[in-house]
Amino acid sequence: MEGSAALEGANSSNRTLESAVVRFAGDSGDGMQLTGSQFTLATALAGNDLATFADFPAEIRAPAGTTFGVSAFQINFGAREILTSGDALDVLVAMNPAALKVNLADIKDGGLVIADAGAFTDKTLRKAGYDTDPLEDGSLAAFRLLKLDVSRLTLEAVKDFGVSKKEGLRCRNIWALGLLYWMFGRKRQATVEWFERKFAARPEIAMANIAALNAGHAFGETAELPAEIASLVVPPAEIAPGLYRNVTGNDTLAWGLVAGAQFAGLNLAFCSYPITPASQVLHVLAKLKDYGVLTFQAEDEIAAVCAAIGASYAGSLGVTSSSGPGIALKTEALGLAVAAELPLVVINSQRAGPSTGMPTKTEQSDLYQAVFGRNADSPLVVLAARSPADCFEVAVEAARLAVTYMTPVMVLSDGYIASASEPWKIPDVDAMPRFPARFETEAAGFQPFRRDPVTLARPWAVPGTPGLAHRIGGLERAEDSGEVSYDAANHQRMTDLRAAKIAGIANDLPEQAVELGEPSGPLAVVGWGSTYGPIYRAVSNLRARGLEVAHIHLRHLSPLPGNLGELLGGFERILVPEMNRGQLVTLLRSAYLLPAEGLNKVTGKPFKIAEIEQAILERLEATQ
Amino acid sequence: MNVPSSPGPLTAKDYASDQEVRWCPGCGDYAILKAIQRTLAELQAEPDKTVFVSGIGCAARFPYYLSTYGFHTIHGRAPAIATGIKLANPELDVWVVSGDGDALSIGGNHLLHVLRRNVDLQFLLFNNEIYGLTKGQYSPTSRPGTRSPSTPQGSLDAPVSAAAFALGAGARFVARSVDTLQKPLPEVLRRARTHRGASFVEILQNCIVYNDQVFGDITDRAVAEEAQIHVVHGQPLVFGKDRGKGLRLRPGTLELEVVTLGPGGPGEIELLRHDETSRPLAALLAAMAPPDLPMALGVLYCDPAPSYDGQVWEQMAAARSNGRDRDLDRLLRGGHTWTVPG
Repeated sequence: MEGSAALEGANSSNRTLESAVVRFAGDSGDGMQLTGSQFTLATALAGNDLATFADFPAEIRAPAGTTFGVSAFQINFGAREILTSGDALDVLVAMNPAALKVNLADIKDGGLVIADAGAFTDKTLRKAGYDTDPLEDGSLAAFRLLKLDVSRLTLEAVKDFGVSKKEGLRCRNIWALGLLYWMFGRKRQATVEWFERKFAARPEIAMANIAALNAGHAFGETAELPAEIASLVVPPAEIAPGLYRNVTGNDTLAWGLVAGAQFAGLNLAFCSYPITPASQVLHVLAKLKDYGVLTFQAEDEIAAVCAAIGASYAGSLGVTSSSGPGIALKTEALGLAVAAELPLVVINSQRAGPSTGMPTKTEQSDLYQAVFGRNADSPLVVLAARSPADCFEVAVEAARLAVTYMTPVMVLSDGYIASASEPWKIPDVDAMPRFPARFETEAAGFQPFRRDPVTLARPWAVPGTPGLAHRIGGLERAEDSGEVSYDAANHQRMTDLRAAKIAGIANDLPEQAVELGEPSGPLAVVGWGSTYGPIYRAVSNLRARGLEVAHIHLRHLSPLPGNLGELLGGFERILVPEMNRGQLVTLLRSAYLLPAEGLNKVTGKPFKIAEIEQAILERLEATQ
Repeated sequence: MNVPSSPGPLTAKDYASDQEVRWCPGCGDYAILKAIQRTLAELQAEPDKTVFVSGIGCAARFPYYLSTYGFHTIHGRAPAIATGIKLANPELDVWVVSGDGDALSIGGNHLLHVLRRNVDLQFLLFNNEIYGLTKGQYSPTSRPGTRSPSTPQGSLDAPVSAAAFALGAGARFVARSVDTLQKPLPEVLRRARTHRGASFVEILQNCIVYNDQVFGDITDRAVAEEAQIHVVHGQPLVFGKDRGKGLRLRPGTLELEVVTLGPGGPGEIELLRHDETSRPLAALLAAMAPPDLPMALGVLYCDPAPSYDGQVWEQMAAARSNGRDRDLDRLLRGGHTWTVPG
């Protein structure tokens, strides 16, 4: 199981774990994301594989001490490949009662709770809705509890640096980080350097934080903590050699778009409107003007997609990005891009819905919207990224298909991928294939809707090109000439051609491979998007137990890979876990008339590995 | 389908496409099309560097009838698409053609923003105070009481003034003309094209089928002289038969009044002079309407400011001036990295 598994209890003060899950939780002002990202850095440097997930409230400054103001950062790290941010917690660091209350259900039995007892006062307990102090009333008996007055210990540690009490208390999280560094044998140097850089202008703040870090670490070393809390070892994982950095999906999506535009030889025009959880893509790209990236914050979602379409029409790679509700607003314009046959990349960082739903919680319920969500027969390409690291390649693939086939391409990410992070082996970009866009320049015989016989793409004739002035639009266009046409037979042909163009892209895709297991057998688990991690780990755990189950994961959802029907036909049963009510499963059933069945979850949280294992076991038992 | 490469200068005819024009006979759009083709010829605009963008409505068919590049898009969104075009290639000369429904109803938001951003393009609003293409419903510029299929007892809501809206949105160029005024209209269009930044031009246009003569109180030959004032920068605000009337501020107020010039009355020296760089004056002019005041035509306001697209590209150039190339490795390897040894 991903999560922790004691490999050996070598000696009483040094336990070795294959992996561990730690969550830092506190008020949104307590610096939990900073704490988590520093712990992530130190863990990566220690050679573990890892995955992280940030869970923060939708409210920007929720009232202090409330349960809805709790911000958390979770990291799963291990001596082997880590694919999810972890099912259940080995360690919870709770900076106040609300943080304890909200996260209690996720701690595994016997897990460790580190609580800042100094923050458990009558007032904060009341705010969190506790009648009695959980640190004292025995309600945490299922866990190992380490209650420390972190607040007092921190103030003690920073008292010599001339910072105010308020500033001193803001180092609480770093004291706790120091203790965790000791607990897992992490080096402090990278974090020390980070503080020195970050607070170069306010050295007293840097020094106070470093002192808190050291004090927390020293506390671990000197306090005689119970043996089972004493230092834990998670040995380095076997990781493919290479240069790595830690990335979120929004980072890699943004960089993939930059790379995709470069590979096509185009300027990137990124037109967007802020929305959770997609805004970060805009923030990343806005800083990359020196890469020829033009960013435009439009007045609304519709203007954003329209500006992107205008930019593509004028010869850039137009890209727009949003989340489900914003994509809904862009729908009519997507139809225009389908009709005018212009390249366009649309990113949807999906979130829980309908309507505003739960903006900071993840879901993958916009697949129908992506594949079918337009008026009339308006096919386009749909891709899905499986992980933060995968986003880079998917964004490049989206650019390739958009410019090669003169079509909008929708990329499905989600709230989990957008803000989760994992180490990313930086690719050798020189080795990645180029796909230079070809602008039409030949005036003789030019027809704006005469198609390439292979790709069925129309020529891209950019305004400013001598001799190619022409008119296009959303009215149905005559085959070849592109003149407005209400001709019945022409509309039939153009509708069929638009469909054939998208369907034909299947010939340009790699064959669908099997991630794990044999290409036929009693059960295939088929997934798309961010369910990759839990499905892969569940299937791999059960295969390690000798069970016959395969994992197939789709990147291309429209069109589906050409061999997918045949591949799925080789399995007796097909299980499709999705964070929706069953959208891919409907697609597969209708495409291949297969008895695929869904495993569906819409809690705003990713699947747990155990949930998928359980479902697989039930299916396999039923097969026997 | 392209411009015949005439040996000499391009004529108005060279800006016509080979498409048969399909507006209703007698539609004011024909006159506007003619005025634009004349303007383009006068400016010797390069058809290959000119783009006409439109939304939906009768006016939106405009791009099909010109020999330039053209993009007939979706309802109300032409300003946003035009913004994308201009940002991607600031060398292009971009025109947006729109109607009162397209620009002020479904697309009001985009018009607001394209004007306040000051994107360097020309925005032409053909105002006929009615929905034509959908067969005659009242529009956001229709006068209260307009009887239409959707308002059989007369419309109730107050209309929006296109020019006042543009000024309120922060437009730096606001002009108004009339479809049939074949001398002033090309001149206004020429000024709009010459102005750098968003140029807003309201063109009063007659819909012969659904709203015929809605501007009769301004355009009828019998009343035109008294009902129109053609404003000229630096010149006194005079109008009327034999230029016998003028505009001045009613003493002690911020309101315009009509005075009769001549013996016994005030002289031209007491009139307001048109200052097209004055936003307060432009607001007063934009609000004028018969019967009390004449309709102001011409360039009401022109006070250039840096264009949005120009500034965007300045920022791009500044970012590039660090001399660094577009090396992807620099981007991807730029953060905190570590090496896993082989």
